[in-house]
Amino acid sequence: MFDIEAILSTIAPELLLAAAGLLGVTLGALFGDRFNGISFKLGALVLFLAAALAGVYWDGGRAFDGLVETTSFANFAKAVSFGCAGVALLMAEGFLRRHDTMRYEYALLIIFASLGMGIILSSANFMTLYLGVETLSLSSYVLAAFHRDSPRSAEAGLKYFVLGALASGLLLYGMSLVYGFAGGTSYEIIAGTEASLGFMFGMVLMITGLAFKVSAAPMHVWTPDVYEGSPSPVVAFFATAPKMASMVVFAIVMFTAFPQAMAFENWQLIIAIIAGASMLIGAFGALPQSNLKRLLGYSSIANMGYALVAIAAGVQYGAGSLLIFMTAYVIASLGLFGGVLSMRREGGMVENVNELAGLIRRQPGLATALTVLLVSVSGFPLAFGFLGKLAVLEAGWNAGLMPLIIILVLSSVVAMYYYLRIVKIMWFDEQAEDFESVDGWVTTTVYLTAIISVALLIFINPLSELAASAAASLIS
Amino acid sequence: MDFPILSAVTFLPLAGAVLILLIRALTGAQVRPDGSEDDRVLYAGLLFSVATFVISIVMFLSFDQQGSGYQLVEEVDWFSGIKYKMGVDGMSLLLIMLTTLLMPIALIASIGSIKHRLTEYTVAFLVLETFMIGVFCALDMVVFYVFFEAGLIPMFIIIGVWGGAERIYASYKFFLYTLFGSLFMLAAVVYMYLTAGTSDVVALEQYEFGKDAQTWLWLAFFASFAVKLPMWPVHTWLPDAHVQAPTAGSVILAGILLKMGGYGFLRFSLPMFPEASVLFQPFVFTISVIAIVYASLVAWRQTDMKKLIAYSSVAHMGFVTLGIFSFTEIGVQGAVFQMLSHGLISGALFLIVGVVYDRMHTRDISAYGGLVHRMPVYATLFMLFTMANVGLPGTSGFVGEILTMVGAFQANTWAAAGAALGVIFSAVYMLTLYRRTVFGQITNPELETIEDVNTKELICLIPLAIGVILLGILPNLIFDITRESSLHALAQMAGG
Repeated sequence: MFDIEAILSTIAPELLLAAAGLLGVTLGALFGDRFNGISFKLGALVLFLAAALAGVYWDGGRAFDGLVETTSFANFAKAVSFGCAGVALLMAEGFLRRHDTMRYEYALLIIFASLGMGIILSSANFMTLYLGVETLSLSSYVLAAFHRDSPRSAEAGLKYFVLGALASGLLLYGMSLVYGFAGGTSYEIIAGTEASLGFMFGMVLMITGLAFKVSAAPMHVWTPDVYEGSPSPVVAFFATAPKMASMVVFAIVMFTAFPQAMAFENWQLIIAIIAGASMLIGAFGALPQSNLKRLLGYSSIANMGYALVAIAAGVQYGAGSLLIFMTAYVIASLGLFGGVLSMRREGGMVENVNELAGLIRRQPGLATALTVLLVSVSGFPLAFGFLGKLAVLEAGWNAGLMPLIIILVLSSVVAMYYYLRIVKIMWFDEQAEDFESVDGWVTTTVYLTAIISVALLIFINPLSELAASAAASLIS
Repeated sequence: MDFPILSAVTFLPLAGAVLILLIRALTGAQVRPDGSEDDRVLYAGLLFSVATFVISIVMFLSFDQQGSGYQLVEEVDWFSGIKYKMGVDGMSLLLIMLTTLLMPIALIASIGSIKHRLTEYTVAFLVLETFMIGVFCALDMVVFYVFFEAGLIPMFIIIGVWGGAERIYASYKFFLYTLFGSLFMLAAVVYMYLTAGTSDVVALEQYEFGKDAQTWLWLAFFASFAVKLPMWPVHTWLPDAHVQAPTAGSVILAGILLKMGGYGFLRFSLPMFPEASVLFQPFVFTISVIAIVYASLVAWRQTDMKKLIAYSSVAHMGFVTLGIFSFTEIGVQGAVFQMLSHGLISGALFLIVGVVYDRMHTRDISAYGGLVHRMPVYATLFMLFTMANVGLPGTSGFVGEILTMVGAFQANTWAAAGAALGVIFSAVYMLTLYRRTVFGQITNPELETIEDVNTKELICLIPLAIGVILLGILPNLIFDITRESSLHALAQMAGG
């Protein structure tokens, strides 16, 4: 009845994650708190295996009558997202232990969120898309409020939930409109529809919902608050894995459900405006911030704006660039949030940028690694992020999006100012007190992401070829 | 494949920096009881920069001066058709030599005057050296851009950490000004890569961009190089950066970083956008002459020695752009010569200021006077470099100025006349500076005990003095090497 081969090649990583998640629930029920310790490492292992499986079944496939369909494009994003989720999970352990909230549920929530990411990446139908979005979102709401004793965390969770539910509602309403005009929910049927006014209305609502998920302006307002309030390891997760997955899904939906021939002209302008607004709001919004997590929140808004430039460039020019850019961004973000997790003093976390003062004298290694990561995320030459920005610029030029390129250049200079401010604080300012030492996973992540960011600047070729072949899978 | 000597020259300082960091990470910084850091690390950095200088001499010797085109070319695939491509011609060869010569001098000058955080200091300078050499070697637009921009970070840190009181403001201004210009160049590079299908400099020289495209591309490159050079009116970052930077930082900034702008015009703007270059010639001439006259007048009114020399740099860079945009062989040759000569002279002048600053901790001209009574050797060297900066025949400054003006004269008489005015002004402000600091009676009692230049300072200044005189007497040493590349820069102009 089932074509096992096709199912495996399409959703093998998701099957693994679902099985592991259910097994985890069972083990948790059986062993209770004794399961807490091992669950993080096992969870990370499962996530890394899932990432590897995405690589094994690189070419993807199609199953369940087209409810799910995986391309290399999606598999690229899966591998990166699951990898980031695994690292974020490892980094969380020490933090949660010190805050007395190390519970196996955390690992399970990350796994279920990752399952949601896998589903949306593999979906070829609005039904699966919505299921995946909700799986990811519901897990995320709980994660944001994971410090249930902390009012800030609870506030972040609630804010995220209320606004996220609104966005999901918009997404669903948009889907229902599109369904009504197209007569089907699969991308294939929708792509073959005449673009009528009502259909466009639905599409715009869907873009709104998806823009919320990637925190693009003007649907960005939740980002700084949630970043600030949520526990830091959760933010490390939010800023990387779901960002990568949601952005790539955004691209897949726009490229395949509303393809070039049918509606490109209609949505290109919308995406371009969202991109421009995100870049500007992200750049200028970060300027007055003194809380590092808020600052990185705005920085992520700006970076999502750059990524959207690639989407606005269309599938032919933008798809490969998007993958390179997002990979560079999530690697650097992962390291930067490792840096945030390293900022602890006298038993508590500190989040003010000025707490980093004079870090170069106390922990020169950490300060240098963070500098490299900031350089990377700012898109300055010297690190991988530059190639990401270069790819986006290339896509924008190819598509003739001159105004976006100008905004990109200007907002990069503004953004550079606040990244430089952090560098300045670390290198020039008088020294603040020492940070307490943190666990090895966090330190390793910071150093490793910094090294990878530099190494990929030089040895980019295999990755760029991989991204190009992944992008080609979407075009054909 | 031959030994990749260009990569060796470029990356040896970086390797040294990494090694120093590793050793320091293992041993920890040795701090003396008075809080200053053990300066052995500076000597280690010096060792690497001297080794780089030695290798650059080998590179110089393996360069065929009669040969044309780019030599010692290395090529490795990077990604999507963009190559890591390095190569030199006569012009870039000499600029690399200037870099590798000034770097050990800058580090020697730092011994004793920089007291804290020496490891970071040495590493920043070595990393900066790698990026500067890379700029002059790169034969791929993207590689060039990476090196061109990357140098900002170490310089930002050098100014920001070891600079004067206003260092934070100056370092930000330096960084953001330059970045702003450069991002337009990046957009232009991407466009060229997409249009021509390659980012290889040699291939792009052959590619003919349409007239409109040339205009925009020229402007984008101009935005970057004009800030870097710097040209009036985007020069305002330079006095701040110079005044706040430590002595060695000023030496490198004036000696090499400014030359990247002129180098960029010759390497990219002229050969790749010949029509646009012709179109913008009057524009460039106008702001060059304004720069020369205006900066000279401003220099005259300065009370801060470093600021005075900084404005004098702006004026002298005006001659470089005049020469380049005269589109004559003599003008371009003069511009290249002027860049090299100014590298030696301005470097030396900043060192000269550094000598008295280390003793008195002030750069205020009025705090000095009568130095000749206590520092005869110093006064002599100062005189030499003052005269070189003024453009006295027999020094390298003269050759550069006269040739650029001859070139400009052929293109536009008025521009040359304006520039000649600048030569007079340069004598006014330099001689004023010299008279007020060196001659007269000692008015400031603290100067009574000031000591003459020591061995360390002589080691820094003597090579520069020899260079200034040697190039002044035998300018053909330079012209023989740069002739091919000057003609190459103009080759497209003659065709178009």
